[in-house]
Amino acid sequence: MLKYRRAFAIGFLCVIVTAAVGLAGPWVLKYAIDDLGQGVDTARISVYAGAIVALAAVGGLFRFVMRRVIVGASRDIEYDLRNDFFAHLQRLDPAYFQRHRTGDLMSRATNDLSAVRMMIGPAVMYSATTGLFFIVGIVLMVSLNPRLTLFALVPLPFVSVSVGYFGAVIHRRFERIQEQLSEISAITQETLSGVRVVRAYRQEPFEIERFRLANEEYVRRNRGLIRVLGMYQPSMGFLMGIGALLVLWLGSREVVAGRMTVGELVAFNSYLMMLSWPMIAFGWVTNLLQRGMASWKRMLEIFDTPPAITDADATDEIGDEAHIRGRIELRHLTFAYGDTIVLDDISAVLPAGTTTAIVGATGSGKSTLLHLLARLHDPPPGTVFIDGVDIRHIPLSVLRGAIGMVPQEPFLFGATIAENVAFGARGDRDTRARVEEAAAIARLDKDAPGFAKGYDTVIGERGITLSGGQKQRTAIARALMIDPRVLVLDDAMSAVDTYTEEEILSRLSAVMRQRTTIIVSHRISTVRSADQILVLADGRIVERGTHDQLVARGGAYAELHEKQLLEEELAAS
Amino acid sequence: MTHDEEVLGKAYDARLMRRLLTYLDPYRGRVALAASAIVGHSILELAPPYLTKVVIDTYIPSGDLSGLGFIAAIFLVTLSGSFALEYLQTWTLQILGQRIMFDMRMQVIGHLQRLDLRFYDRNPVGRLMTRVTTDVDVLNELFTSGVVSVFGDLFTLLGIMGVLIWMDWRLALVAFSVLPLIALITQWFRSNVRESYRTVRTWIARINAYLQERITGMTTVHLFRREARDYAIFDEIDRQHRDANVRSIFFYAVFYPAIELVSAIAVALILWVGGGWVIGNSLTLGSLVAFVMYAQRFFRPIMDMSEKFNVLQGAMASSERIFALLDTPVEIWGRRSFLEDSRDRALSTRDCPPKMTSDPIFDGPGAIAFEHVTFGYVPGEPVLRDVSFRVEPGQRVGVVGATGAGKTTIVSLLLRFYDVQGGRITIDGVDIREMDLATLRSLFGLVLQDVHLFSGTIAGNIRLGHEAISDESVRRAAAAVHAGVFIDRLPQGLATPVAERGATLSVGQKQLLSFARALAFDPRVLILDEATSSVDTETELLIRDALKVVMDGRTTIAIAHRLSTIQGMDRILVMHKGQLRESGTHQELLAVRGIYHRLYQLQFQSVATEKPATSTA
Repeated sequence: MLKYRRAFAIGFLCVIVTAAVGLAGPWVLKYAIDDLGQGVDTARISVYAGAIVALAAVGGLFRFVMRRVIVGASRDIEYDLRNDFFAHLQRLDPAYFQRHRTGDLMSRATNDLSAVRMMIGPAVMYSATTGLFFIVGIVLMVSLNPRLTLFALVPLPFVSVSVGYFGAVIHRRFERIQEQLSEISAITQETLSGVRVVRAYRQEPFEIERFRLANEEYVRRNRGLIRVLGMYQPSMGFLMGIGALLVLWLGSREVVAGRMTVGELVAFNSYLMMLSWPMIAFGWVTNLLQRGMASWKRMLEIFDTPPAITDADATDEIGDEAHIRGRIELRHLTFAYGDTIVLDDISAVLPAGTTTAIVGATGSGKSTLLHLLARLHDPPPGTVFIDGVDIRHIPLSVLRGAIGMVPQEPFLFGATIAENVAFGARGDRDTRARVEEAAAIARLDKDAPGFAKGYDTVIGERGITLSGGQKQRTAIARALMIDPRVLVLDDAMSAVDTYTEEEILSRLSAVMRQRTTIIVSHRISTVRSADQILVLADGRIVERGTHDQLVARGGAYAELHEKQLLEEELAAS
Repeated sequence: MTHDEEVLGKAYDARLMRRLLTYLDPYRGRVALAASAIVGHSILELAPPYLTKVVIDTYIPSGDLSGLGFIAAIFLVTLSGSFALEYLQTWTLQILGQRIMFDMRMQVIGHLQRLDLRFYDRNPVGRLMTRVTTDVDVLNELFTSGVVSVFGDLFTLLGIMGVLIWMDWRLALVAFSVLPLIALITQWFRSNVRESYRTVRTWIARINAYLQERITGMTTVHLFRREARDYAIFDEIDRQHRDANVRSIFFYAVFYPAIELVSAIAVALILWVGGGWVIGNSLTLGSLVAFVMYAQRFFRPIMDMSEKFNVLQGAMASSERIFALLDTPVEIWGRRSFLEDSRDRALSTRDCPPKMTSDPIFDGPGAIAFEHVTFGYVPGEPVLRDVSFRVEPGQRVGVVGATGAGKTTIVSLLLRFYDVQGGRITIDGVDIREMDLATLRSLFGLVLQDVHLFSGTIAGNIRLGHEAISDESVRRAAAAVHAGVFIDRLPQGLATPVAERGATLSVGQKQLLSFARALAFDPRVLILDEATSSVDTETELLIRDALKVVMDGRTTIAIAHRLSTIQGMDRILVMHKGQLRESGTHQELLAVRGIYHRLYQLQFQSVATEKPATSTA
């Protein structure tokens, strides 16, 4: 912050010089004209002319420095703020991102930030210049002719009042227009992304009509703004013009009465013109300041959100991720989102190096359980342990480095396939070979020749150019790539075809032998060979055991098994 | 967000400008009004310095107070006139801008509604949305930020020059002597600022793209501990953005003072040369003062015009992108299409809503035939090769095959999302390319695996825009496919609003809704692209039962991922690498022991005995 303080100090110094020099100009003009009126030699005139150029040159130099220093500093601050903003976002937990829409966060990092910059850069610069010009200008005008100053400033209060009034109204109407624009965006998004449904059900005229209504409303709201906006500029011009009129009329009467010289009248007129700008700018700057403050408040909301999941309780008792063996224990784990209990008194031990399957209907709490394990949500203290250590005592980086997670709908980045696979890889050594190895296990190697540049093919935004199965397989490779002690497959092959799934499972089996593995699936065939199966229902473990034990037990699992068997018999008939 | 979005072309392109001007055609009256207001306003703006001259030269020396009052009155009149004309100008121009934006948006959306699916394959929705929203808005800035009023500035400049020459052509020449300097500075500024503006835009686009991606994928970033590396990447982009901005500050910081300096030089010259003439009595003092005042007014429009330059440049780039979209030809065209009217309607009418009720309905038995159909999305890579089959009215046909075998393509061709490249598709013997597009599509009810919901109510999502479908029909359709149960549990039943693309509904519920939609439309032919999403077994059974209801009494073409769905079908088509390899009933195909048999084994027998049926083909 110190470097900014210096920049602003230099900037203000420049502001003062610029204002002083700028205001000296008309004064020179006054002497020149008065001398001309009385008859004078050309040498004197060339001195005045030279003075005008010299003043402008000095003023310009300082104006140059002022702009570079102040606006430059505002860019530096913007840069720092944006970095801090991003860093802070990185510390926030997933629940936060579920509560806040991406578009909203984006708009704070772009629109709000830019409003804040305008406040600390241009707005500060202009208000300083304006203020100084205004005060010194009036002092000079009073020294020329106090009475005339009084008349010339008659329109001033009107200007300020109307600037304030128009500013507020314009702002309100503008917001309403922006709202309608997002409505238009939403409709467009809907109709374009659903193009197949729109075409198949012949909805084109209807969709066009829907769009037309929104579009018309947009025009209507704009009309409201224009009505005010159209008034604004001309009113300013009119009010300032009245000032000029009064000066010319009353000023020339003063000259006739001998209370003022022609040169003074001209200089007075020049000052008035100089003042007209600050008066208009005043409204603009207040607007910038208001918007800047509002935006700053919105940014602070994010900066002031403390990260919910931190290393606050971390100890180093577990060492780094290479020392983790992968024994997981859940002790009476109960977890709720708000008032909704999602997991209810879950206890289980997952010995290191074994495979545990979790079965249960949608909404039974499977994914939440997995999220707690990686501390995407924080479990209550003393409920989840790895190698006997409460995971809240394990540094996040160590914990997550030990877990390779494959979600059902994986998020891929708009980079190459290789970069996506190596997303979490540490160290640069043999990256390529390891990428290919991981890709082979996930059976991505089958598809690689089909990509334009093999693994170096850039996949579109969020992997848009890949099929669902290819995305899931890329995500599997990505998880294997970090060589995790604990591998978590959350329904990770739902879009992979049966044959390929078999291949992946058989290749994985070698890998899984050395790791603790958790598999969530709807398919009995996928989970049947697990060392233990947990059956979840409404957040509780209702059954646990091996496949054979559970089938013999005749409970929920057996029922599910029965259903799938039946289905198949039906199919085979 | 791609970076080619940000490439900016020339600041002024005569071809684009001419085309933009055609949008003014319907509004000639308004344009003329605005133009005269601009000219009138510019002329009135010239008055004050001249009035000052008259005061100094005539009335002050003679001490004529009533004359001064007369001048003040004239001043007031010009002020009022100026006020009225400026208001008229702003109002007319901006409303004009709004009308044009409206027309342009309707034109773009109307064209998008007709463009081929092939176009959508190439262009992500985000990019198309930019055309409809941002790009059109940038064009609007031409009007709102007063680029158009630059023409007014030009008039002011010309007016000032005219008055100066008229007052004293010698002194005018002295004042104009700085103009080459102005031209040089402006040229230097423009070329540099254009470049730096382009760079800044590119970096801001990258910042946005990066932020957007990392925020949406934050969980993945956390899981894979990418925070530090991502921060470093972001820092680099952010730094580049700042540096580009700081470079552009330099140009502004030089430009404004430079113009002011030149302005001061002009004033000094006038004073120096003109002062000599005043002493020599060949120029009045009033004229000199007026000259100085005009010189001060002369440079403001020049600075303004340079400012507006970026806006003009952005507008050119945007209009180029919009025109490129509008120029994309529509290849798939019905013989006569109801959309042809809607295009004109989009442009002009505000009072006649599209005719939704008179939707053409197909009347004929509806026998579908593929005759030697060949098709590929990319030239040289056929997805379908010489495919022939018939589907008789009332028949139920299943299509199976591995991913990429061409199953979905068959459906897309039948609905004419794409046109065949070889052979033909007929319905009742008529080539579908000879049919009206809407009539053709009215034959089918399409159920896609990815259910698309619109904002609006549950009922609105079943009947879509077809008001002819009554509430009762909607209710019956929902009940028939078991959607009634969960709909009744919703707070407002059928009138419950659907939140952001159905976020509050489960996958299974959305499936049921799409069945209800198909049933409500009561199509002759049901086309089913079966869902692969894993739903729990309860919902699975519900969906399967609903399917039976929807298929009842209709020709059905089902792309099946679960072989269990299609075993009861009248005929099964087995696609393999773009060719129709086998066809027959389930038992017949099993007996052949070909591809179908292998698929069947894969799905049901490969893993011991109990391979469940929720797998993807």
